[in-house]
Amino acid sequence: MARYSLMVNGKARTVEADADTPLLYVLRDNLALNGPKFGCGLAQCGACTVHVDGQATRSCVLPVSTLQGRKVTTLEGLGSSAKPHPVQQAFIDEQAVQCGYCTNGMVMAAAALLATNKAPSEAQIVDALAGNLCRCGTHQRIVRAVQRAAKQTA
Amino acid sequence: MQTNRREFLKASGALVVAFSFSGTAAGAALRAPKSVAKDAVDSFLVIGRDGRITVFTGKVDLGTGTRTALAQMAADELDVAFERIDMVMGDTATTPDQWLTGANLTIFQGGSELRRAAASAREALVAKGAERLGVPAAELAVEDGVIRVKTNPSRFVSYQDLIGKDGFQLKVNPKVALKKHTDYRVVGRSIPRVDIPGKVSGEWPYVHDVRLPGMLHARVVRPDELGARVASVDDAAARKISGFVQTVRKDNFVAVVARNEWAAVKAARALKIGWTPGTGLPEQSQVFEQWRKRPTAKVEANQKAGDAPAALAGAARRVKASYQFSTQTHASLGPSCAVADFKDGKLTLWSASQATHSMQDELAAITRLPRESIRLVYLEGAGCYGRNGHEDATADAALIATLIGKPVRVQWSRADETARAPKSPPRAIDFEAGLDAQDNVTAWSGDFYIALNHIAAFKPLDFPLLAATETGLPKPGNWVGFLFQNAPQPYAVPNILVNTHHISETIFRSSHLRSPGRIENSFANESFADELAAAVKMDAAEFRLKYLSDPRAAAVIRAAMKLSGWQSRPSGTQRASGSIAKGRGISYTRYNGTITYVAAVADVEVNRDTGEVRVTRICMGHDCGQMINPDGVANQVEGGVLQTVSRTLMEEVKWDRTKVTSIDWASYPILRFPDVPRVDIELIDRPGEPSWGVGEPSAVVIPAAIGNAVFDAIGARVRTVPFTPERVKEALKAADSART
Repeated sequence: MARYSLMVNGKARTVEADADTPLLYVLRDNLALNGPKFGCGLAQCGACTVHVDGQATRSCVLPVSTLQGRKVTTLEGLGSSAKPHPVQQAFIDEQAVQCGYCTNGMVMAAAALLATNKAPSEAQIVDALAGNLCRCGTHQRIVRAVQRAAKQTA
Repeated sequence: MQTNRREFLKASGALVVAFSFSGTAAGAALRAPKSVAKDAVDSFLVIGRDGRITVFTGKVDLGTGTRTALAQMAADELDVAFERIDMVMGDTATTPDQWLTGANLTIFQGGSELRRAAASAREALVAKGAERLGVPAAELAVEDGVIRVKTNPSRFVSYQDLIGKDGFQLKVNPKVALKKHTDYRVVGRSIPRVDIPGKVSGEWPYVHDVRLPGMLHARVVRPDELGARVASVDDAAARKISGFVQTVRKDNFVAVVARNEWAAVKAARALKIGWTPGTGLPEQSQVFEQWRKRPTAKVEANQKAGDAPAALAGAARRVKASYQFSTQTHASLGPSCAVADFKDGKLTLWSASQATHSMQDELAAITRLPRESIRLVYLEGAGCYGRNGHEDATADAALIATLIGKPVRVQWSRADETARAPKSPPRAIDFEAGLDAQDNVTAWSGDFYIALNHIAAFKPLDFPLLAATETGLPKPGNWVGFLFQNAPQPYAVPNILVNTHHISETIFRSSHLRSPGRIENSFANESFADELAAAVKMDAAEFRLKYLSDPRAAAVIRAAMKLSGWQSRPSGTQRASGSIAKGRGISYTRYNGTITYVAAVADVEVNRDTGEVRVTRICMGHDCGQMINPDGVANQVEGGVLQTVSRTLMEEVKWDRTKVTSIDWASYPILRFPDVPRVDIELIDRPGEPSWGVGEPSAVVIPAAIGNAVFDAIGARVRTVPFTPERVKEALKAADSART
């Protein structure tokens, strides 16, 4: 076990963990952040996506030891049900959720896309989400939600 | 309805918070046990002193939106605003057992039971109000839980003022008058789902998020080879992992327990288990031939009219075809998880099971505890679409917690969920039809080879949970669902014989996967109907309309045709010149033959060189009776369509001679965003008609619609799901050699 200092959702946090502990386990088990989800542990599905220095990143394979001094943002850091981020609000407006287990990854990937591309085409949205899996078949609504968020933030 | 769970829990009366609700114990608060008898109003409804109404239902929301829809139904029957209602689902200590959540029954059966309880409650409240106000009930009106004298609205009494701490003490009146559909105010509106704001912000409690004081983390270690047993366990390396607590073994059940989850993962990897060789698996390439020859428990005539053998013998022309549907898996996005707490002889489980009530019996058998000391509290998991690994993970947690006497969280791995959760059984179907000289269908004969639904009188041990069989419990039952459903076909043919052959033993531990039976049977029926239409050179939609007399069936078919801009012509008669061939196909089913009507038109592009099928558009006609929440219906229909496009094109569990080799998303791929077709839906509302389920019917029509579109595109028929490029190329080759 070692101590690691991380910036999570704008706050300095110190955690005790083994160096090889993936960030996802630190966020969920040490910091009780439930937004990022465990889907595969293989970086195949995107359910665990967080932002590291603004980039959408798979937290399930990223060792905590590589994150000293880097900025981590989770779904909770984006907004809350009381004060949602525009992407979160767009998912609510489009009712773009079924079981919601993939939602974290979809929202985080979409927010990272819109941070660099204010007016993405449908093809660019599809491309940005191509690595995120949804099992319930909510894809069409998710794309519409990202388009809505883009319009509202433009 | 409130979505903030702290307020949600605060708002309703009888609440016991077992420990500090600090946010680290999301969803883990326990309510005080209460009446759960299914015939008692108090089992379904509690009116708080603050006027809030808590609905208790044994049905659970599996991510489909029924939490919202059932609240809408209760709000109207009670005459209260939607916002006043809180929902508790699937807690065995506070909700009535309304049978498992599945079979497309939550709204139709669960909702109807809730409606009768709510209407009985309203009737009793109005009677009490009449007494209190001293006027006949007929002179009272109710609005948002306030009973007023119609002629003098300043005289009123509220529901909460009429209900004391003892509740209703009233039986549900099975014949109570329900509200007329013309009086609905909440039902029929697309009220936004109450769970979505929490789900987009990380606030909604999933079973994975439960954290109890002193909770440990466990992983169960299971063999790759099916049927392998434990010969030896060496945990020397696991013991060196920091955070390791102990190894747990009971017979062939082995788990590691650690203080944090990552340590449990590492300890599971470090554990050295010597396994005996497995019991072996059949050669996958021969699976359907073998499946048809397996021993059968019974053969049933599921549909019989006239004399099909005689009519076939006398037919001017006969058409034969056989179909197959591969073994698939639920492949939930999140591997299953459960948390168990065993204290003072009482076992509490936080579980995402679709069958929390019946699991009390199964867990009693596994833990040897009395049923009454076992409580399951439902919390959502990842979508399950039937029986995935939720129940197994729950049993794992129960067993470990009772063995170690400490609270424990069990998280399955990706491989556990993809490879070890139960599978849909394979399906093979053989048909023969007879046509007369005028091209009318005069005979229809079908043989459906389906897995036996072996029910051990429902309890206990309906289903061979891993933790049960690994610890030596017998396997009296194997609940796979109503696989015979929709083997009967809907068309008016004078001579029909449809037999179901019930195969005694499946290859894998089998369970129901979205639209079990209906999806495979309708794929076969609707593909074969299409073959008959092609044989008589008739338009496929026209052919169906010719043999259907139910106007609601015709309406969904016409709706899908209209949305898609259906081109009327015999299918498979176009010849594309380039590599890409386009086609359209249609399919129709009435779910179970008795409820929701649904039709689909698929547009596809087939690459004749590579065999790849691309679905470009699906158009749906859908009639589930009166809709409770139209956008909720649309969400489910879209989901059913897209998940089934995935199943139809790419999903097939793979195995070698000893083990399942589909273990992750690379070896069991599903649909991704770039493959998603446009989906257009016409929802036909039927005010005043019964409200039927919508979770499953849309899935049922998709495989045949796609297969029929592929036939239209390339003139070759793919008769095995999934339609992999190899199978498409084989079909093309077979069609080419038949032509030459």
